[in-house]
Amino acid sequence: MIKVEHVSKYFGEKKVLSDINTEFENGKCNLIIGKSGSGKTVLMKCLVSLYTPDEGYIHFDDRILRHLNKKEKMLLRKDIGMLFQGGALFDSMTIEENIMFPIRMFQLSDYKTMRKRVDFCLERVNLSGINKQYPSEISGGMQKRVAIARAIATQPKYLFCDEPNSGLDPQTSIVIDQLIKEITHEYNITTVINTHDMNSVMEIGENINFINQGQLWWKGNYHNVLNSNNTELNDFIFCSALTKRLKPQNDHE
Amino acid sequence: MKKLRYLIEDFGNYLLLMKEVFRWPQNMHIFKRQLLFEIRTLGLDSILIVFLVSVFVGVAVVVQLLINLENPIYPDWIYGFSARKTMMLEFSPTIIALILAGKCASKISSELGTQRISEQIDALEVMGVHSASYLILPKIIACMITFPLLIIMSIFVSILGGAVGAMTIGTLSMAAYTDGLRLEYHNIDLIFAIVKIFVYSIIISTIASYRGYTLKGGSVEVGIQSTKSVVQSCIVIMIFDLIITNLFM
Repeated sequence: MIKVEHVSKYFGEKKVLSDINTEFENGKCNLIIGKSGSGKTVLMKCLVSLYTPDEGYIHFDDRILRHLNKKEKMLLRKDIGMLFQGGALFDSMTIEENIMFPIRMFQLSDYKTMRKRVDFCLERVNLSGINKQYPSEISGGMQKRVAIARAIATQPKYLFCDEPNSGLDPQTSIVIDQLIKEITHEYNITTVINTHDMNSVMEIGENINFINQGQLWWKGNYHNVLNSNNTELNDFIFCSALTKRLKPQNDHE
Repeated sequence: MKKLRYLIEDFGNYLLLMKEVFRWPQNMHIFKRQLLFEIRTLGLDSILIVFLVSVFVGVAVVVQLLINLENPIYPDWIYGFSARKTMMLEFSPTIIALILAGKCASKISSELGTQRISEQIDALEVMGVHSASYLILPKIIACMITFPLLIIMSIFVSILGGAVGAMTIGTLSMAAYTDGLRLEYHNIDLIFAIVKIFVYSIIISTIASYRGYTLKGGSVEVGIQSTKSVVQSCIVIMIFDLIITNLFM
């Protein structure tokens, strides 16, 4: 479990995160949703310690991020897998080398075991047989799945996904969402997903955190997100023509 | 005043980055692989341009000497002697360093910049990899190894080019040219050239790495920082040329 306590972050004079308090539960898909510029990426970067919060604490189970020294932080990072918005695959490496990279870097196993692990991870994301291809030779959706394979290669305890569906068609987005959900449940990972895709919210939002203007405005799940009385959340949820159609039904009920 | 503050801040950030870069690699096997890759891309891939520039400048220098010093009062050895001194002391280490700055600094800077904007550097950090050391150290060491070798090749090739120039004009015998090359030769000239290029290799690789690694923004910024890295490398090279030359005099 990841616990966020009174976390604030400033960029110069501007407060981009303001007193965030929340929990990301183990074995669940925890979503951070919000408009562009609301601070969700900053929160995620604070969680993976790419940014240091100016105030507050982040607990990774029994470890408090602020109290860890450099070496302990490095150790924690070995328990973290991350899927970046653009995939962030290393373009000079083949798919196999990409997935093998974190295992090889920390000499977690011998070559034969690493190969086995790569094949397993690729099979898990339904991409067997593309080991020798380069990231530029595969589609965007496949790149995202390879990035998921790389993120789970070291069997992380915590998985972070920054807008996993951006730039993907709705069908591929569903595949990616389902994959993340399955992996989360299968390996009992604490998964934190940063998204503004409403389909993801409805499909995998087991624990939803709505961020607005750097503050946590609402918490819930996909069962109650449509029935909320929170005006800002409703403005966010029901802004598209498709979701607007859901609103009258809800109001009627 | 604001510009000076920015310059000092920039230099401080550069030093802080270098402190991160010069640390023992996390995985020696991966480091060796990276180093070999960089030696190929930064060093071996530069052989052709260094070779061509050196040959043509070697020919041009000797032809110019023969045309402009066409007077019976000058001894025949002066052409070979001047060509050797010019090539060893200035042309090969400094001018070739400027060419390498154009080729390698832009490559290093744009490569790291692209890795930064495509979040590859963030991905390394999240994995627990010391990204600065992993990405930059092999580039610096590859430059430190290959640039001196390229300069030795350049000196040799440009002097050979000079011989071709002498033969083309036909007014200077090969014996007189080689006599000039041998006249008062001291190893210190070669050491001087190697020291120079060794310093320049550090300048080129570190400035370019700093520009690329600390890049903020998008693709336009990659171009801007890449140009900056070449311009700044060239300026610093010329400043150090003056400093090293004064130290050796």
